[in-house]
Amino acid sequence: MWTWFYQLASPKWFYEISRKLLPWFTGTTLILFLAGLTLGLLFSPADYQQGNTVRIMYIHVPAAYLSMMVYVIMAVAGAIGLVWKIKVAHIVSVSCAPVGAMFTALALLTGAIWGKPTWGTYWVWDARLTSELILLFLYLGFMALHSAFDDKKSADKASAVLAIVGVVNIPIIHFSVEWWNTLHQGASLSKFEKPSIEAAMLYPLLIMIFAFKFYFFTVLMHRVRTEILLREKQAKWVKAMITGETAYSASENTTEAK
Amino acid sequence: MKKIGSLVSRELSVVFRSQSEFIYPVAFFVMVTTMFPLAVSPEPTQLAFIAPGVIWVASLLSLLLSLHAFYQADFDDGSLEQLLLSGVSGYSIVLSKVVANWIVTGLPLVLVAPVIGILLNLDTHANLVAMLALLLGTPSLCFIGAIGMSLTLGLRNGGVLLTLLVLPLFIPILIFGAATVEAASMGRPYIGQVAVLAAALILSGFFAPFAASAAMKISID
Repeated sequence: MWTWFYQLASPKWFYEISRKLLPWFTGTTLILFLAGLTLGLLFSPADYQQGNTVRIMYIHVPAAYLSMMVYVIMAVAGAIGLVWKIKVAHIVSVSCAPVGAMFTALALLTGAIWGKPTWGTYWVWDARLTSELILLFLYLGFMALHSAFDDKKSADKASAVLAIVGVVNIPIIHFSVEWWNTLHQGASLSKFEKPSIEAAMLYPLLIMIFAFKFYFFTVLMHRVRTEILLREKQAKWVKAMITGETAYSASENTTEAK
Repeated sequence: MKKIGSLVSRELSVVFRSQSEFIYPVAFFVMVTTMFPLAVSPEPTQLAFIAPGVIWVASLLSLLLSLHAFYQADFDDGSLEQLLLSGVSGYSIVLSKVVANWIVTGLPLVLVAPVIGILLNLDTHANLVAMLALLLGTPSLCFIGAIGMSLTLGLRNGGVLLTLLVLPLFIPILIFGAATVEAASMGRPYIGQVAVLAAALILSGFFAPFAASAAMKISID
């Protein structure tokens, strides 16, 4: 029952399976982006107060959503790596950081651009904006800590501990709009209640969130594959694969024949 | 408990023998806060307005400065490794270091803060509340700092990296600490902010030693 779990731990297995999955993820990402952007930019209605400015929501909300989701994935992968000493989990955790930092920066940037026409200012020191900025600092700290170690193993473990400690910030960001009276509006989407947003805007937004998710998984897979190759450059299967695909499959056949 | 007591007294005797470690953070605190009236404005009402923030930022930075002394020297001469090998749990090592760190740095800050408050034109009531807020907030800062310090032990640019890692985690304490003093100086109720500071102390006091001792073991391998 647990064999898949142990297989996941093998970088080689991950490399193989991700090669098969990548085209599907890339295709889905493209289709979702195309659908989401077309619906959001061309067919969804303009807001009665904000006009066309509201369309920046289709980038801002998914980016903000992903910035938190990626952090949680990064911390959980780090924890799995610490507890079960799984190489691939650490690689996933480390590969999450730059992508997550990018989503956070994008959320802050689009938020600032959106804030100028609607709130009249690029930036306010409001609870949600501040906690999102802290999230960016946490990502940067994670990357800085990881690159400060010479030994990859200690780097993985130390940055995993930091990621887990930083998780405290995630509920603070999520609930900041409810706990404090802030300029930032409350959540429009909720899993438990009827969303407080018109269906013609809701569907493009949901599609964009899924597009961002698939984009993240596609990029993550690329990053993890590169990192695996870098770290396993001494391994036989990597050498065989790089010197020639035929030599690689031939050696596979001989091991099977034995 | 007895073990922690003897560890704390060890830490304290190490620090008191080199008095500079004990004096520097407080001197830094006083110096930094005197820069503000010179840079911003010596006008009393404005000073009282910026005082809560100035006191908190300065005490946060001087605590950050003090962290190095408690961990780095022990790491460099190998005594931290020996302590861990001797069978004392990482948890009690971290706890004793935090307690000693707070006694040597946090407590003097709490005691000096009212003097700075008077210089910055805070009224007596706000000054007392500032002491209370620092009393609750500085131990949390020591606990959080212990995590950052344990992570960066033995790294080349440890000092700069420590700042980068720890300051984002300090922010919640800073916000509520300064908000407590500000509310008191404006004559508004501040009990909610004090409760949040106390909750942060309980949480960080409970979880931070685990994280810090895990980090310490990683740094030592």
